[in-house]
Amino acid sequence: MTTIHIDGRDCQTRSDINLLQACLEAEANLPYFCWHPELGSVGACRQCAVKQFSGPEDTKGRIVMACMTPVSENAIISIDDPEARDFRAGVIEWMMVNHPHDCPVCEEGGECHLQDMTVMTGHNTRRYRFTKRTHRNQDLGPLVKHEMNRCIACYRCVRFYRDYAGGDDLAAFASHDNVYFGRAEDGTLQNAFSGNLVEICPTGVFTDKPFSASYTRKWDMRGAPSVCVHCAVGCNTIVNAREETLRRVLNRYNTDINRYVLCDRGRFGHGFVNAPTRIRTPLRAIDGQQVPVPMADALTTFARMAAKGRIAGIASPRAALETCFSLHALVGPEHFSTGQTQQEQGCTELAHTLLTRHPGALPTLHEMESADAVLVLGEDVCATAPRLGLSLRQSVRQASFHTADNARVPRWMDAAVRTLGSECPSTLHVLTPAPTDLDSVAAETFRATPDDIARLGFAIAHEIDPSAPPVTDLTPDDAARAARIAQALKAARKPLVVSGMQYGSPALMQAAASIAAALARATSAASLSLVLPECNSMGLAMMGGLPLETVMERARAGEISTLVIVENDLTRHLDPTDVAELVAAVPNIVVLDHTMTPLCQHASLVLPIAAFSECSGTLVSQEGRAQRFFQAVFPPAPIQAGWRWIQALARSLDPSTLPITGLIDWRDLDDVLATLATAFPDLAPAVMAAPEADYRIHGEKLRSQTYRASGRTVIRSFISVRDQPPPASPDTPFSSSMEGAYEPDMPGALVPFYQTPAWNSVQALNRFQSEIGGPMRGGPSGIRLLSPAENQNTEAQPYPYATDIPAPYVPQADTVLVLPDTRLFGSEELSMFSPPIMARSSAPTLGLPASATGSDRMVLHLEDGPHDLPVEPVPGLPEGTVLCPTHRVARAFRFPRMARLEGLTDGGERP
Amino acid sequence: MMAASERPLTAMIDPAAGPPDCATYERAGGWQAARLALGRLTPAEVIDWVTRSKLRGRGGAGFGTGQKWSFVPKEPASERRKYLIANADEMEPGTFKDRWLLEGNPLQLVEGMILAAYAVQAGHGIVFLRGEYQEACVRLDRAIGEARERGWLGENILGSGFSFDIHVHSSAGRYICGEETALLTALEGRRATPRSKPPFPQTGGLWGAPSVVNNVETLCNLPHIIANGPEWFAGLGLGEDGGTKIYGVSGRVAKPGAWELPIGTPLRQIIEDHAGGMRPGYQLRALLPGGASTAFIDTTALDVAMDYGSVEKAGSRLGTGMAIILDERTCPIGMIRNLEHFFAQESCGWCTPCRDGLPWVERLLDAIEDGTGREEDMEQLDRHARMLGAPGRTFCAHAPGAMAPLASGLKLFAADFAAHIQQGRCPHHAGAGP
Amino acid sequence: MRAEILALAAQELHPRGASVAALRLVQAHFGWVSTAHLREVADLLGMSADDLDGVATYFNLLFRRPVGRHVIMLCDSVSCWIMGRETLCAHLCRKLGIRPGETTADNAITLLPTVCIGHCDHAPAMLVDNTLHGDVTPASLDHLIATLRDTP
Ligand SMILES: Cc1cc2nc3c(=O)[nH]c(=O)nc-3n(C[C@H](O)[C@H](O)[C@H](O)COP(=O)(O)O)c2cc1C
Ligand code: SF4
Ligand code: FES
Repeated sequence: MTTIHIDGRDCQTRSDINLLQACLEAEANLPYFCWHPELGSVGACRQCAVKQFSGPEDTKGRIVMACMTPVSENAIISIDDPEARDFRAGVIEWMMVNHPHDCPVCEEGGECHLQDMTVMTGHNTRRYRFTKRTHRNQDLGPLVKHEMNRCIACYRCVRFYRDYAGGDDLAAFASHDNVYFGRAEDGTLQNAFSGNLVEICPTGVFTDKPFSASYTRKWDMRGAPSVCVHCAVGCNTIVNAREETLRRVLNRYNTDINRYVLCDRGRFGHGFVNAPTRIRTPLRAIDGQQVPVPMADALTTFARMAAKGRIAGIASPRAALETCFSLHALVGPEHFSTGQTQQEQGCTELAHTLLTRHPGALPTLHEMESADAVLVLGEDVCATAPRLGLSLRQSVRQASFHTADNARVPRWMDAAVRTLGSECPSTLHVLTPAPTDLDSVAAETFRATPDDIARLGFAIAHEIDPSAPPVTDLTPDDAARAARIAQALKAARKPLVVSGMQYGSPALMQAAASIAAALARATSAASLSLVLPECNSMGLAMMGGLPLETVMERARAGEISTLVIVENDLTRHLDPTDVAELVAAVPNIVVLDHTMTPLCQHASLVLPIAAFSECSGTLVSQEGRAQRFFQAVFPPAPIQAGWRWIQALARSLDPSTLPITGLIDWRDLDDVLATLATAFPDLAPAVMAAPEADYRIHGEKLRSQTYRASGRTVIRSFISVRDQPPPASPDTPFSSSMEGAYEPDMPGALVPFYQTPAWNSVQALNRFQSEIGGPMRGGPSGIRLLSPAENQNTEAQPYPYATDIPAPYVPQADTVLVLPDTRLFGSEELSMFSPPIMARSSAPTLGLPASATGSDRMVLHLEDGPHDLPVEPVPGLPEGTVLCPTHRVARAFRFPRMARLEGLTDGGERP
Repeated sequence: MMAASERPLTAMIDPAAGPPDCATYERAGGWQAARLALGRLTPAEVIDWVTRSKLRGRGGAGFGTGQKWSFVPKEPASERRKYLIANADEMEPGTFKDRWLLEGNPLQLVEGMILAAYAVQAGHGIVFLRGEYQEACVRLDRAIGEARERGWLGENILGSGFSFDIHVHSSAGRYICGEETALLTALEGRRATPRSKPPFPQTGGLWGAPSVVNNVETLCNLPHIIANGPEWFAGLGLGEDGGTKIYGVSGRVAKPGAWELPIGTPLRQIIEDHAGGMRPGYQLRALLPGGASTAFIDTTALDVAMDYGSVEKAGSRLGTGMAIILDERTCPIGMIRNLEHFFAQESCGWCTPCRDGLPWVERLLDAIEDGTGREEDMEQLDRHARMLGAPGRTFCAHAPGAMAPLASGLKLFAADFAAHIQQGRCPHHAGAGP
Repeated sequence: MRAEILALAAQELHPRGASVAALRLVQAHFGWVSTAHLREVADLLGMSADDLDGVATYFNLLFRRPVGRHVIMLCDSVSCWIMGRETLCAHLCRKLGIRPGETTADNAITLLPTVCIGHCDHAPAMLVDNTLHGDVTPASLDHLIATLRDTP
């Protein structure tokens, strides 16, 4: 800690930061643009000018850029100094020279950093009397809108897009006051994180295009803290709603996970909630037709079904913990299925076991950013866990940070650190069957089949710890590669191994865990991360249940009369023949979902449940972090939370048949969680993922709208001129209106939007952090359920290395190994119901090794029949394999799968 | 060589004969210094000699050359990638000295670069040449080729164990590329915006490697310092600084041109003796002593010695030492407008005050010169001169450079500004007539 | 030319270091840098077209629009201005029937302003297709235009 003096005030501050950070942390209002907490300082905008004095005697001082000046002991600075003020007002005035002054029609309005800073500097009279320069805008695709005239040239967009996110199709063009930020030509922004431009840009150049279609000012929307449902990483989000429709998703800062950035799937995937595919009323199959019926009818129908025999339940890794648990409570553990195949469930449970058994560290995404050697073993994380991929991309900067440290250049001096690090070697190793977005920053990439990668992984583990089982008959190349990677990992202070279940290969995860465990013998910082497919895969793995195969068996045996399926499109897990068989074998199928999936057509009863934005619940991310999402939208009945529907079903039954009687008495989410905690002690801490519904600040509920909320009373005035009482959720501490408490140190899990006096944009977040880029003042959001076997004495209890090392893959004469081509846009279920994501997904293709692409189209024979697809060469793809986009070609793709491929030209090398 | 010539830099330049080839160069004393340094001096000794010679950088800022080199990490060239870059971007309006040296005697630059590279143990040499200098490019390429053929460039030069080679980077026109950090960015194939310091180029320059950027004229002095000794060189200067300097004059003088003279030669002498005084019918009104980015001085300061310290005392800067003369019949506001147009257009667009402030200044001057100026425009000009002129407010020295002629002009030509605004027209009618 | 560009790239520590050189090579050959060529160069240097175009549009001497067979670059900096470049420019415009930045209808000549070309002692000065001309007068301009029109 260091003391500095800001306008005569003594402030304790961290010593490794710059004056701008120090001022903001001291709650001073100092305007800035080009600095961003995650992007560091470059000194371009000159907005953060302050006066610095060399000592108490110095009365003149000199203007410095706060963001470019390191904090020093006893530094004396003034924000209020007239000359500094004057200069800052001048900077805004310059920025506004060509600005269109179009705030009334600008979608940034009301949450615009430029507006805030303009007010803050006091610039309010236009003195420039000449013509404004204008630009032409570009069509940047379905996600991001472009209005270049609003640009103030802070260079944040290109710095984020190129330097941070690794994109190369957004650039700065031209020079002097003509600089232009866009693409060489109109066209869709290709980077997976393009949507963040909306928040990174301090003005209205880049705005949220889907949001634009149902645009609402920030102050007219309700906000609720939420959690992304589009992969297992568990990024924190804010959902915004008005008129009971979900309008947009924004980033919600979580210091450990997503921090300032969301992937485009997460930001724009929410469209399924308002899509025409939503189920809004109960549907009952009558004479082969599904007809809307009232809730009461649906419940009596269910009671009739239940009276006929055994009820079994199928949950889903994309359903909240509470929903899964309520189903568990309805049908009992013996009849509760996780809704996954044996293989899927085996993999998630294995991931859980490996993580709990790991003797080293289980890193957060933020910790991964500082890993100084990373091995990605058989997982295209950029597609399966995009935000995690972005963290790994940051990890390659470690070497440049060390170089900067040696040169005494502070790490936040972004451009300088990048200059110094331009020749620093990467420490990222990517071993995957197909190219990934991380390849361009990797020290080494290697292409092989999952089994061969696993073998290499086991070999690496053996190189590090000879007591790990050796791999026989490695090629000399592979042996050398294993030794080299082992060396790189051993040399690191914070090595990290990442794998996952993309290829359905337990061996890959075993190998990754072995390497991490071997490394952990030397350093407890050796960390392991495993990627899972769905937002609650881990939660469900911890709950356990029957695999789908068992349900199939029982159905065949006629043991199931009613099957209650919650938020699970079984057609994505089971082959069409299996689905047909199941439907035929079970007399009554009840599907609870928010979206009309292909499975629904087989149901005798379909019940509309709330989507993530319309209820509250808990999800457990792949790193075992239980996180609560909160209701923002109050949908019309009978749409309600999954657990409430299940409770309603239970109430229509004879109470004595229920395995858990508590179920019918639950009043709110906290009751569900309390029961869950007793039933599943491992999951018990999930109760504390966020404060309970009766949490109050100064005796008040928490408001979920900004003070400027307006129009609430007139939205429905055409129906009724009386004031509408605001809706209320018994499950949350939120008032759902602008009434209630709100303050920067409220619990991190409960922050529904960012705003503080003078700061209306997302930049207000600075005030909610205990230090910039650090934890939230009000404590963390969510709670971790897994802790590694930290103090495990490795000598006494040797790590149980896996020994079942797969055999090398040998290309077959008549079949190919089909590998999933997981795509950021197109593979994940719910986001594909969102129009902008649909628009971003490209048509399915068949990826073949470059040497094997003889013809334009080929036919792949899968269980569900032949698939005729265009062929695309994939550099490096191993011989004897094809890449096939998961779920787009055959809905229920399962791996590994061998299949026949047809249509090769005669000259092709491949059989 | 040109033994103790009074004009070491240009003695060998003969426009009629073209640049000397290697043999001619050697006959006239060339390569003597390289042979001496590589054969008998340590890199540290070369740095020491150059420091003692009182050579200050001729690129404009006047930083001590030996001192600049002393910040470079000391590893031998074979152990660490380092760069020595000749700044031949010469785009400062009114400046044409480096072209003279480049076209007249490129081998002198090559030898200078070898010496500088040896001193800082850089293995890679680059000439950053402005794109318009096509003839210089051809001659330089030829000289480098010849030097390489004769073993002055390449592996293990003269068996000294020191390896060094040069390649020419022909730029594509942008004044800011002359700023040494923007120059590095340009060499990396990026948009040439300046970089923040630290890291200084000497420790983290091109591609992050230690790099020294020196002006062409600076480098061309080196062979003479080494061949004739630092004391001889220091003695050439008339005042504090060492050596000779290329001075030049353009505008309505009788004989515009450039001349190599002892550094510290009085301005009056340069204009009257060498440039032949004003053309008949024209009177000297004021001048920019060292290129477009230096402040105006008027006739009261004509006796200033043209060295770094003295010109600064007179309220301007030596800059490139290339004076631009404003005569009585040319509109000073037109001249300043022309300068500010240049600076506004050449702003790289990185920092706000320069990017958006300079065009504002240009519009104001347009308005005043075109007769639509207003009283309050003067306040705006003042404000800009103040806000952009002081160091540290803009990212680099471009904008302060741009404000030097404006700020001084506002004082010196206050009456002209007032007349323009009051009369609603330029009293010098069409601005500048022939 | 591809080979030449690859050779330029190979000389650099990173291929992108050759971007200006490569674009100048293309321009020397075709007179300007078309988008198609820009894309090809970007490919050869392993850069995105967006990235390279950001560089191309930054520099004054890289033309991203077609120019005539000859390019007259008339210095518009201070010494030439003092020595009467405005009159010359007006004269040129009148003669050619174009404004600065434009190309004559017969595609013979493009007129561009340029910053100081280091020929101030012979102001007003200009560059015509890389050849330096000093002490330019209306008469010498007329002569020049006539010759340019006749040379391919
Ligand atoms: C805007 C700007 C333009 C410059 N242009 C040149 C130039 O064209 N040639 C040059 O040698 N130095 C130029 N400089 C100075 C260089 O930054 C640098 O100081 C110089 O090349 C160092 O060489 P020296 O130490 O030999 O003088 C410029 C500086 C600025 C701020
Ligand atoms: S002062 Fe700023 S905008 Fe101007 S050239 Fe320097 S960095 Fe670029
Ligand atoms: S925030 Fe400091 S210069 Fe932009």
